[in-house]
Amino acid sequence: MTADLIAVVLLLAVTAYACAGGADYGAGFWDLTSGGTERGRRPRWLIDHAMAPVWEVNNVWLIFVLVVMWTGFPVLFQTVFSAMWLPLALAAVGMVLRGAGFALRKPSQRLAGRRLYGAVFALASVVTPFFLGAAVGGVASERVAPGTDASAHVWTGPTSIVFGVVAVTTTAFLGAVFLTGDAHRFEAPDLVGHFRRRALGSLAALAVLAVITGFVTHEDSPHVWHGLTHGLGLFFVILAGVASLLTAWLLPRTPGTWLRVSAVGVVGSAVVAWGTAQRPYLLPTSLTVADAAGAPATLTWLAVVTLVALLLVMPAVFLLYWLDTHGELEELTDSELRGGRGTDGDGTVRDG
Amino acid sequence: MPTSLHLLADAPAQLLPARELMAFTLAAHIILVPLGVAFPLITLVMHHRGLRRGDATALLLARRWSAVMAVQFALGIVTGTVLSFEFGLLWPGLMGRWGDVFGVGFGVEAWAFFLEAVLIAVYLYGWRRLKPWTHFLLGLPLPFAALLGAFGILAANSWMNTPRGFSLDSAGKPVDVNVWKAIFTPMFGPQYWHFVVGMVLTAGFVVAGVYATGWLRGRRDRYHRLGFAVPFTIAAVAAPVQFVLGDSIARSVFHEQPVKFAAMEIVWKTDTRVPEYLFGRLNEDGTVSGGIRIPLLDSFLAGFSADTEVVGLTSVPADQRPTATQATIAHWAFDIMVLIGSVLVLLALWYGLVWLRHRRLPASPWFYRAAACAGVGSVVAVECGWIAAEVGRQPWIVYRNMRVAEAVTSTRSTSLWIMFGVVAVVYVFLFGSFLVVLLRMRTRWRLADEQQATAAGGLAPETDIPYGPRAPVPAGDVPAARPGAGRAGGDGRAGGDGP
Ligand code: HDD
Ligand code: HEM
Ligand code: HEM
Repeated sequence: MTADLIAVVLLLAVTAYACAGGADYGAGFWDLTSGGTERGRRPRWLIDHAMAPVWEVNNVWLIFVLVVMWTGFPVLFQTVFSAMWLPLALAAVGMVLRGAGFALRKPSQRLAGRRLYGAVFALASVVTPFFLGAAVGGVASERVAPGTDASAHVWTGPTSIVFGVVAVTTTAFLGAVFLTGDAHRFEAPDLVGHFRRRALGSLAALAVLAVITGFVTHEDSPHVWHGLTHGLGLFFVILAGVASLLTAWLLPRTPGTWLRVSAVGVVGSAVVAWGTAQRPYLLPTSLTVADAAGAPATLTWLAVVTLVALLLVMPAVFLLYWLDTHGELEELTDSELRGGRGTDGDGTVRDG
Repeated sequence: MPTSLHLLADAPAQLLPARELMAFTLAAHIILVPLGVAFPLITLVMHHRGLRRGDATALLLARRWSAVMAVQFALGIVTGTVLSFEFGLLWPGLMGRWGDVFGVGFGVEAWAFFLEAVLIAVYLYGWRRLKPWTHFLLGLPLPFAALLGAFGILAANSWMNTPRGFSLDSAGKPVDVNVWKAIFTPMFGPQYWHFVVGMVLTAGFVVAGVYATGWLRGRRDRYHRLGFAVPFTIAAVAAPVQFVLGDSIARSVFHEQPVKFAAMEIVWKTDTRVPEYLFGRLNEDGTVSGGIRIPLLDSFLAGFSADTEVVGLTSVPADQRPTATQATIAHWAFDIMVLIGSVLVLLALWYGLVWLRHRRLPASPWFYRAAACAGVGSVVAVECGWIAAEVGRQPWIVYRNMRVAEAVTSTRSTSLWIMFGVVAVVYVFLFGSFLVVLLRMRTRWRLADEQQATAAGGLAPETDIPYGPRAPVPAGDVPAARPGAGRAGGDGRAGGDGP
């Protein structure tokens, strides 16, 4: 019972990371593809501005996923990290490069330095979601069971490849939708169009990929295929479809909150659909939620911790997203860091 | 050496690279942690002073510090995320068996990081548009969130030192988990407070050290005085406290982890009237070469009496205690930490006495030379503390319950060495860039201060003063000179600065 609850928490945390982190990675994707220094300057400027205040928070979702995994389902954590050693190691390295590239690009002044950090940031933004997606694909396609040793075949199956590509496309889609809104918010009409086209393009790509995913899972991941085509799983698949149509309808209009909501709806429903399709397994056909569950007392406490967090952290996170979308958060400019008011002869800033 | 080589030969080949990688990434992460835990506190103290007294210099310092925090926090996050991955990539055995016993602490930590990340984002980006006191008040919970994060991590680590809160079934698997007991283990209290005060002390000395260097180079204006005095005062208060806490944690180790204590003090045979060695090397046969021997002192320190019995390394079989080499490493690390701690107390006393007698900062260049080194010294102390704690626990990953060799991944050692190489290169790049960015910021600010000084009180546009009237959102066009305005770097409108 508690184990099921914690499994839901885990799934919701994964969903949150897919949406929040996904939008982040997507911004990196468009950074990578927005062309040379001249042509890409304006999109990159927007990406920097839009992402800066929230990317740290977006990344904490992943930490939470890992913590819930190893505390709530230790065997799952052990199994996944043993069997998927390489893709997860690469994802970790990608994450470091990405964070560092982003953080260092801004304060570095020289153009060459910026280019280097920017390229690192952008490239890592694409590579990381691919490997994470591939790992999920390995799980979905029943290639991982407790005791499975690390080997390439675990994460290079058809489902893994497709999931990896879907992950990258999803981030691109979310990133473009969010940036459309940000362009509107930062009053850059030309960029609204720029990212709107890309959002529509990636939505179309997602639609094609959805069909391919259907064929591949049918052959390669029978349990998940069954789950996606029946009951609750099917419901969420349909929900994702409806949200996609809604997004396609909203995109050509003035970007607002509802656009974001529906785009998150697409991704969120798809992730939840995958999660429900795996029921009652964490690792399809080899490890059920009940078998993987940690000590009952721990699960209860994990639920308590989650509840406290809901009460404590959620308001804070919403405050941040609210402040951010209302333009209350803005970076300090260099001149503000230079003192602003008059100074004494020796470089002292005069009092008051 | 022969015995330790022999023990290593028994261990799986992937053990060495896994350990080295873990130690390397932890040691790197921990450099950022003092700033992460205590820099917000120091900045808020400065910020408060600025608001309260309308002190523009203090506000400027707080603003600049928060620009540094932005970069440092980001690096803390990425290096921390790597650690979380490594728990699975390197130590799946540890997490698989014990994850549900000691993991909840990390749950608290994760939520604390959430709060911290939210609050820090609001604080960093709130300078321009939030009302002054609103901004300050929103920043105020930051130090508490940091304390909460440290709580989670330290709960996990102290559990590894003194595991509690479970019993073993016939198959040796943990059952009957009691989360409360698993969090508040005997080592938790001593470790937590020693750690927190150590972080405050380190952050204080590191920040003050920057301005002490400036003072030595002749920049002795109010800006540098203030930038030095506030963090240094905080650290100077913490230093003696840390000394007392250090004494108390050492005694906890003596009671709770006697073998680790024996390693830290290189005690070979259980005995009373044990001498204390300052440095020196423990040989395989139990003799000690080199070092300064002080008769009776170890027994005396451990139990306030020369007749206190101190447990020696040989009280347990060779495969349940650190090797002679490991003991020597732990011993040196411990001694260096204590040495640095003692010197820092003396430095704090110097500062305190001058203040009591003259109500001013010390004037001697020697004081500032020492203060400039204190920052580096305390970082070294932090590293040494962790080395003493982690190496002294060998060969256990969970004291007396799981060996490091049982926890390690089965991934081939070649892969691990390659990963180590990649991570090392990336981290060198990371920390190198961090340093370069900090130095550039400093140079830029200094040039700017000098330029402004020569421009005879040249006023920056009103809009650029934080808390001034709202600036229009930089709309339509991108600043022409530089792509992408930086949080600390060149906003186009500021043009014409920089090296
Ligand atoms: C600014 C840093 C700093 C300073 C000046 C000191 N320490 Fe420390 N010490 C730490 C920073 C630190 C630490 C990095 O925070 C550790 C590592 C593990 C821990 O919990 O705290 C630690 C651990 C640590 C341990 C091992 C705990 C364990 O194995 O679980 C002992 C016995 C001491 N310390 C004792 C001292 C003594 C007697 C000091 C005398 C002045 C001292 N420390 C100064
Ligand atoms: C929650 C906190 C921590 C946990 C869970 C943890 C866990 C571990 C693990 C799993 C290992 C490898 C196994 C071993 O050799 O014992 C290790 C080793 C090590 N850790 Fe920690 N650690 C923590 C804190 C730290 C920190 C902050 C440092 C900072 C420097 C540190 C320093 C080391 C070192 C130096 C080693 C290598 C020991 C050796 O090679 O013999 N640890 N730690
Ligand atoms: C093996 C042990 C450790 C693990 C697994 C770990 C994990 C992490 C993670 C995942 C983050 C990123 C959090 C975020 O996204 O905001 C982080 C950052 C941080 N960690 Fe660690 N950490 C470890 C050791 C420590 C220790 C011993 C401390 C001391 C309290 C510490 C303090 C911090 C702090 C304060 C941050 C925030 C970033 C910053 O301010 O620099 N970590 N850590």
